[in-house]
Amino acid sequence: MIYEPSVLAVVVFFAFVGVTLGLSFWLGGKAKTSEGYFSAHGQIPWFINGVAFAGDYLSAASFLGICGMIAFYGYDGFLYSIGYLAGWIVALFIVAEPMKRLGKFTFADALNSKFNSPGIQITAGVSTLVVSIFYLIPQMVGAGVLVTPLLGFPHWVGVVIVGVTVILIVVSAGMVSTTWVQFLKGSLLVIFSAILTIMLMARGFETKEGGADGYEFRTLGPFTTKTLEADLGTDPETEKWSVVAVDSVWEETPFVRLKNEQGTVTVWKKEEDAAGKFLLTEAQSLTKTADGKVLVNGLPKGSRKGEPELHPVGHISKLPEGKTETGPLGLLTFFSTLQNSEVILWPKTKVAELDGSSTTVYYQKPTHGSQVLRPGEHPRFKGIRSNKTKDKLNFLSLMLALFCGTASLPHILIRYYTVKDEAAARKSTIVGIVTIGFFYILSLYMGLGAMVSGALDVTNSNMAAPLLARSIAEWMFAAISAIAFTTVLGTVSGLILASAGAVTHDLMGHLFKVKMNDAQQVRIAKLSSVVVGVIAIVLGILFENMNVSYLVGWAFSVAASANLPSLIMLLFWSKTTKQGIIAALIVGMVSSLGWILLSEDTFTQVYGLLAEDAWMPFSQPGIVTIPLGFLTLIVVSLMTQPKKSVAE
Amino acid sequence: MSAPLHNRLAMVLFSIYLLLYGGFIVINLFMPDLMEKTPYAGVNLAIWYGFGLIFTAIILAFIYGFSFTSTSKQASGDDSASSQEVSK
Repeated sequence: MIYEPSVLAVVVFFAFVGVTLGLSFWLGGKAKTSEGYFSAHGQIPWFINGVAFAGDYLSAASFLGICGMIAFYGYDGFLYSIGYLAGWIVALFIVAEPMKRLGKFTFADALNSKFNSPGIQITAGVSTLVVSIFYLIPQMVGAGVLVTPLLGFPHWVGVVIVGVTVILIVVSAGMVSTTWVQFLKGSLLVIFSAILTIMLMARGFETKEGGADGYEFRTLGPFTTKTLEADLGTDPETEKWSVVAVDSVWEETPFVRLKNEQGTVTVWKKEEDAAGKFLLTEAQSLTKTADGKVLVNGLPKGSRKGEPELHPVGHISKLPEGKTETGPLGLLTFFSTLQNSEVILWPKTKVAELDGSSTTVYYQKPTHGSQVLRPGEHPRFKGIRSNKTKDKLNFLSLMLALFCGTASLPHILIRYYTVKDEAAARKSTIVGIVTIGFFYILSLYMGLGAMVSGALDVTNSNMAAPLLARSIAEWMFAAISAIAFTTVLGTVSGLILASAGAVTHDLMGHLFKVKMNDAQQVRIAKLSSVVVGVIAIVLGILFENMNVSYLVGWAFSVAASANLPSLIMLLFWSKTTKQGIIAALIVGMVSSLGWILLSEDTFTQVYGLLAEDAWMPFSQPGIVTIPLGFLTLIVVSLMTQPKKSVAE
Repeated sequence: MSAPLHNRLAMVLFSIYLLLYGGFIVINLFMPDLMEKTPYAGVNLAIWYGFGLIFTAIILAFIYGFSFTSTSKQASGDDSASSQEVSK
């Protein structure tokens, strides 16, 4: 699709960024000490902190990734919403109060509270840094994804803008301004999502033949296989068209290529019926030729509106009882109507052609509503409908990692140090759960709304939510895009701050035995913020084409495997030793990272290798590496019990 | 309510949620067709259960939060004593 920057969007966008930065500098004056810098002096009111939790947590992956996944596959994206929220139950009932009671600045402080061991501090610091950097990559990629269509900049410019803005926020004021940015962003995200959902309900559904640009996708036929060319001649529209010869590559596909009188080649999908006849439904194609040109539906891709581009898609082809529109819908009739409708989804297939060019074909897939609203349609969740044990384990493993990962994410954990006591930690978690839960309920409406909005960009699922907003009103698009961008800003600043805390407290203080006064600590933290920020910018540019929610899955798995076993056992098992904690941290981190790097998903999506060559039986490590972390801790702790307790 | 009782309540509420979440995963794994059934208002079980999990989380959080209101200050611990001086 071609995105033309809209003046309104640009103005709203810069107003948001400007206000955010202004707020940071203004609040910056309040944080001069290290306590102020890392934990806002523990003076943040619990309600503000609770909404800031939502700000921290509802990252680019939650907002853009989940809506996009629902818009392209249906219910499955909502499984992430369910899993992400479930993790907060662990945070509230198990982690919140002890974290506040035991620690001061970082997650490592809490783990180390009983032992005063430099080993724990260093290992936990490294783990914080690893998880934060993994979590940073998708946020930065998300930033680039957003800025490209919004402002018309290339990907790397978007990443650099976010990186620099965040570094400014973090360096200027630390936790105080980060918290207020998160509060602002968390509230705006939820409020505007609610408004968007209400507008969506008021609009209702209507049947269409194509997307928001008014282009109606064509269907040719019915034909019989042998006489396709002759059949084309009988229709005045296609009488001068010809069928492009099928080579060994295209033969494998369900597509037919037709050439019109101007010589433009378009791709069509064959839909056979029981009688052996078939229809051709119009597909869309994006070709990258061997010499670097980009063709859209057979024509050179344009750069301005009106020139060749992929059409926006996503529509309802049939409503229940033959209706053409529903009028305003309620919270439940939204689903019950969709359940009995037919929706056009747009899967894609990549064809590597013999001449070195590659064509991605996006084709119409009429899908019954009941299928859209059931789990198990996305390849990642195939375990639900597959009989293979490894697919089922993969699903179980992902749901486990989501459940256990939340309460182990360093940038969430440090937020417990910004409030004054355990009661405030508990209350802010409750506010967080309410805010986040409410948002996740909206995510299903927004995702499904985007699916049938006619506004989807087939090449970019992450843009589903902003494009849904655009299909409703231009100002809504401006607001949602700006909020999505501040979403990235907020989460990234939280992550950078968590990393800076780990470097300053856990690594510099214990590994290099640097003695620092208060002002020096803040200086080191700011310096490390800049360094981590620059690393994040570089990685964000390198990983441009990676799927955002997939990368977040990595971070959750590593956090859950490395951090959770130590945290839980420290709280509930009195025989836990420092060696046990160190071993569990290392084993959890190394095993989950290793598993991910050798898994099928990474083989196919990162290295470009064959799925069959992957070493691991399934892609999600959690179900093996989380128990492994617990087991390591128990075994090592039992082996290293202090002599005194043995004698007793 | 005393601190041990609060801990116990937390464990009970946590277990309730764990059972519900586990049930959701088990149905998805072994009886996926059940998720397509529409028990009420033409909305399928997958959506009811998913929304149910989110609302349950919110309700459990409130129950836990309100259990403290009767004895508001009691459970708050002494965090200055147990925290560490890292900068020394």
